[in-house]
Amino acid sequence: MKKYELKLDRRDFLKKSSMLGVSTIAPGVFFQELAHGRALDEPASSKIRWGMLINTNQCTDECDACVTACNEEHGIEDFGRPTTDTQWIRKMTLTDELSKKSISVPMMCQHCENPPCVDVCPTGASFIRDDGIVLVNKHTCIGCRYCMMSCPYKARSFVHENLENQLPHAPRGKGCVESCNLCVHKIDNGENNTACAEACQKDGHQAILFGDLNDEESDISKQLKKYATKEVRSDLGLNTAVRYRGI
Amino acid sequence: MRDKTEYMVVEFSRAILLYGIVALSLIGLGMFSFITLEHEGHWLTGMNNQVVWGLPHVFAIFLIIAASGILNIASISSVFNIKIYKPLGRLSALLAICLLTGGLMVLVLDLGRPDRLVVAMTTFNFKSIFAWNIFLYSGFMAVIAIYLWMMFEARYNKFVGKVGAFAFAWRITLTTGTGSIFAFLVAKEAYGALSAPLFIALSLLMGTAIFYKILFWMDRGLGVTLGSEIISRFRKLLIYFIFTVFYITVLAHLTSLYVTKNHDFEFFLLFSENIYTFLFWVGQIGFGTILPLVILYNKKLSKSALGILLASILVILGGFIMLYIIIISGQAYPLDLFPGYNESSTFYDGVISAYTPSIYEVMLGLGGVGISAAIYIFAIMVLDFTPTNLDDKHILEQNQKVTP
Repeated sequence: MKKYELKLDRRDFLKKSSMLGVSTIAPGVFFQELAHGRALDEPASSKIRWGMLINTNQCTDECDACVTACNEEHGIEDFGRPTTDTQWIRKMTLTDELSKKSISVPMMCQHCENPPCVDVCPTGASFIRDDGIVLVNKHTCIGCRYCMMSCPYKARSFVHENLENQLPHAPRGKGCVESCNLCVHKIDNGENNTACAEACQKDGHQAILFGDLNDEESDISKQLKKYATKEVRSDLGLNTAVRYRGI
Repeated sequence: MRDKTEYMVVEFSRAILLYGIVALSLIGLGMFSFITLEHEGHWLTGMNNQVVWGLPHVFAIFLIIAASGILNIASISSVFNIKIYKPLGRLSALLAICLLTGGLMVLVLDLGRPDRLVVAMTTFNFKSIFAWNIFLYSGFMAVIAIYLWMMFEARYNKFVGKVGAFAFAWRITLTTGTGSIFAFLVAKEAYGALSAPLFIALSLLMGTAIFYKILFWMDRGLGVTLGSEIISRFRKLLIYFIFTVFYITVLAHLTSLYVTKNHDFEFFLLFSENIYTFLFWVGQIGFGTILPLVILYNKKLSKSALGILLASILVILGGFIMLYIIIISGQAYPLDLFPGYNESSTFYDGVISAYTPSIYEVMLGLGGVGISAAIYIFAIMVLDFTPTNLDDKHILEQNQKVTP
């Protein structure tokens, strides 16, 4: 029987084991940092404020890739009843009253810093996360629709129908109110992009830019500094996280 | 001072049977609607993602503010010490409980998740007027229960004034809270701070009119003779409150019209060809304000019990229509997200949203009315809420030194 001899002195052992250690831990540390990700048990941080910049110059009337992507991502079905069907994101056509010039804009929850929906919700089901995302707690929403009454952007929908085959990452339920959640599941996975922004980029329009408003080095912060942008209904003082360019 | 009125426990009769059958049938309709909506979802209603509050909310708010207003009759006797109303105090408090229960029931059963009522009762966001209203409504029940106890227990009659004053303050706060549901909507042009006083005035008017309807029924169905003194008092109250509601309505529209950005909404509501304009001028102003005033000032009709009943029914109809206009039109009118642009989308931006109440909403609302009626019938059959006689002779004898 052949005997194996371990030719490893103390110096070699320390050197090799430390290399192994570094090569195991480093990617995790490095990529996590790169991805702004965080562990699932770690709470969202107020150091980050997620937001969007929508460049209406790049958005075209005939394209609804963002809407389709959102519906697919969250399993939003069309029941053929347009007045009650859910819409998290919609395309609005705006025509200038004077010049008659038309522009197309995606409209969704604006993720206000001071959201009226959170103020009026009797049970606190409507809430704002530390990273600025406005969400509905599906366990405590009683379906009173007061948030829908109060939203200045008509961004919320009430689930009027029985739902089947829901997606595990996007739980929804009849009788609750819901709205754009900035693809919170993707953020929590470290993907840090939304389905609508991805679809828009894929279609080559680049009209939707998602990012951290608090990070001065992020693309969105740089563009916000460079171009004139607008907050919808800025007169209400809600400080929205979704801004528009070209309006 | 001790209450010298004679009260009775109402016995089973044809009138009670009829009233009971109607009440239970309405509850049946309400239950059917609730179960269907709970099973199928709200798409069966006329409500949608644009008009999110519909006819059930009109019924609910109508009943809730009427509950607050109907307690006014008890307040007049115990707070303002006008003794002629004393025999009506117990009924007034009972009816307040009945109407509030009916209204809340409609509100709760219309929720998307009525099964989570316990969440609403245990998890509060105190920045929400809804959360405050939960305390105002449940507190109101407790205050009235104590108020009734003081009225029923002869030894405690002396405290009626103090408890009555507290109940008075509570119900004004309660109606303010209900009106503020609309006053606190930052983005909707239709609503402003005047919602609260308008709701208080409307509550007094609705309460008086509904109370008179009950008195008339007691006279015809239970044999509790209604004297001309009470009739004349209710006539005067109706006149005062019709004018108050009308005054605040005019004030609200004039204030809104003064602000240029509100012109479009005001023209939509007051001078366009739509259901709300029709309801406003024909329903609220014509049938709900002018016609009752004509009746109440008519020489012959103003002295007849039937005439005042007719005026009361018209006033109730007008008040209901008024709430319908306030609640629905403000939602049907589109939000202006981008001033200076014409807006359109698949989500009904920039257009007046259509709303037609479905039969399920009518049934749910009537269910609330049925619950109010059923509690009333049950209560007057087990406790002595009902004065035996309300003719002039009894009222003056039982409560001497009548304040004019």
